[in-house]
Amino acid sequence: MTLTVYISQDTTAVAVGADRVAKAFSHAASEAGIDIILIRNGSRGAFGFEPLVEVDMAEQGRVALGPVTPGETDALLAAIADGQLDCHPSYLGPVNDIPWLANQTRITFKRCGEGDPLDLSLYRQLGGYQGLERALSLSPQAIVDEVKASGLRGRGGAAFPTGIKWQTVLDAAGEQKYIVCNADEGDSGTFADRLLMEADPYQLIEGMTIAGLAVGATKGFIYLRSEYPRAQKMLEQAIELAITEGYLGANLRGSGQRFELEVRMGAGSYICGEETALLNSLEGKRGVVRAKPPLPAIEGLFGKPTVVNNVLTLASVTSILADGGAEYARHGVDRSKGTMPLQLAGNIRRGGLIEVPFGVSLHQIINEWGGGTRSGREVRAVQVGGPLGAYLAREQLDVPLTYEALAEIGGMLGHGGIVVFDDSVDMAKQAHFAMDFCAKESCGKCTPCRIGAVRGREVLERVCDSTASSGDLILLRDLCETMEQASLCAMGGLTPLPVKSAMDNFPEDFGVTDNHYEVAV
Amino acid sequence: MLSENSLPVKAMKAFVEKAATDHAASQGGLLPCLHEIQAKLGYIPDDCLDTIATAFSLSRAEVHGVVSFYHDFRTSPSSNQCVQICCAEACQASGSRALEAGASGVLGIAFDEMHPTDNYRLERVYCLGNCACGPSVRINEEVYGRVDLAELPALVREAIPS
Repeated sequence: MTLTVYISQDTTAVAVGADRVAKAFSHAASEAGIDIILIRNGSRGAFGFEPLVEVDMAEQGRVALGPVTPGETDALLAAIADGQLDCHPSYLGPVNDIPWLANQTRITFKRCGEGDPLDLSLYRQLGGYQGLERALSLSPQAIVDEVKASGLRGRGGAAFPTGIKWQTVLDAAGEQKYIVCNADEGDSGTFADRLLMEADPYQLIEGMTIAGLAVGATKGFIYLRSEYPRAQKMLEQAIELAITEGYLGANLRGSGQRFELEVRMGAGSYICGEETALLNSLEGKRGVVRAKPPLPAIEGLFGKPTVVNNVLTLASVTSILADGGAEYARHGVDRSKGTMPLQLAGNIRRGGLIEVPFGVSLHQIINEWGGGTRSGREVRAVQVGGPLGAYLAREQLDVPLTYEALAEIGGMLGHGGIVVFDDSVDMAKQAHFAMDFCAKESCGKCTPCRIGAVRGREVLERVCDSTASSGDLILLRDLCETMEQASLCAMGGLTPLPVKSAMDNFPEDFGVTDNHYEVAV
Repeated sequence: MLSENSLPVKAMKAFVEKAATDHAASQGGLLPCLHEIQAKLGYIPDDCLDTIATAFSLSRAEVHGVVSFYHDFRTSPSSNQCVQICCAEACQASGSRALEAGASGVLGIAFDEMHPTDNYRLERVYCLGNCACGPSVRINEEVYGRVDLAELPALVREAIPS
């Protein structure tokens, strides 16, 4: 008998032991005289179940087990041989029926985990490159119109309407235009870009190619953070294979259209996730933020009209072109259209990638998907939207996850990161970290961010040491206001968000009780 | 002067010159150039800035400005082997503050320094993209999840035998 087994090669899967499990499986199979085909697939993002092992069972299809330890592989193989797999304690059932996955609406991440990420024929078999085939038959304006109809907004954090950005670049005059993919996913608590690049790299390549056709750009760059070596290898191999099959290069699928793509590595700077700093970095300069205008859509990379989009934005475009913008816009609510890949992280039992239509509540995500904290203690604070997002308190967890609803309670959805903290967290320390991080990572161009973050850090050091005076908190508010109002980019402008929300929602951690602070103001 | 991996000065100069010339021909090639030099030499030696500046038609100050801006680029001899402790929020939520506080003690090495006998550095890093299974540690190219302070020395020994 030949057994087909899938074990992921994703960074997180490997980080919790997938390589050791894969090795043990191969070894156990050869000892038992069982032929196995071991496929190292991408991850489905169900990180709470990794290392996840999927076994292809003729009748049931693919069944999953997880988390599996290397020591269990002999017993698993014996259980398969006896037809008793469903009695094994880590048996999860047919992979598509696991509630954690089945309750999601996977559009952008639908292929992740299905097979070898570099298998181009599998990608096509699963609907890949249908979007590009259609785009090749459309006019640039028709492609842009389709994206506009989808209501897609930038998934990197700023949520700018993608179709409008593309229209600006399409309308800009210029021989040379560029597509830049922002893969500098520096926000703690986010890993959706990494997961997608490691599990379904062709989708990003296809999305960028469609963007190139839409605006008349023949060259694209993926700016990838240096903390993602696996994603780098995966993308570089995928680009090579796509070139071989005519999906990149001077004559896309015989259409006469050109699109070339290159991966460029960042060098450990958080601010390079800001689009204009990223462009400077790509140009080989210090990653200093540029003043806007001019918009990158008009004067971007090397001064040319440039589309700068996040990985997920560009990937989403493939489904929008394949199935139509209207179909995509059926999902979601209000002006938050489509699905949002949320990333559940921090102190959580079953974290991972959860792609759902906009509007699911934070409470559902943390409790129904996440199963509460990993420590078993009570949830105290949840940071939504990365290091620049607000710290929400337990009372706020009913908020539906849409751009609008989070803005209403003073937060933001950002890139969809959700970091859960239990009741052992000290929120003054978290506020201190926010200022400290800003001070370390500020590009230094504007004064409010460069100086404000340092002063903010000093004040919060005093709060953490219990040496702060009541005037210190007033000073901190004042600094926050200056940074918000006068910083050049979102780094200085939004660092006050975690700081102020920590002060507002957890005043007891700042040496003040309830409303005393408000009275002082 | 010998470079980290004991390239003779002449070979090092030839290597830097070739890397600079090659990358200067591509658009925005300075970062890829610096990455290549550091991968080979372990750091960006001060005395190669002029060579790079000439190839890229930049001033020495501009090249220095780029090298000093990015956390990844080092300016003193170092190994390319590295242990990085993630200190960002998601890992903090799952226990990285204890890992950060104790790492120096259990490994016998201060942050941002080379280990006295074993050939690696200890660094802080802010997010490795393993946020659902923190606290995370990266040793060279591999990321490890749910790392406990007590098991850190064994992980490092296994990945970087002394």
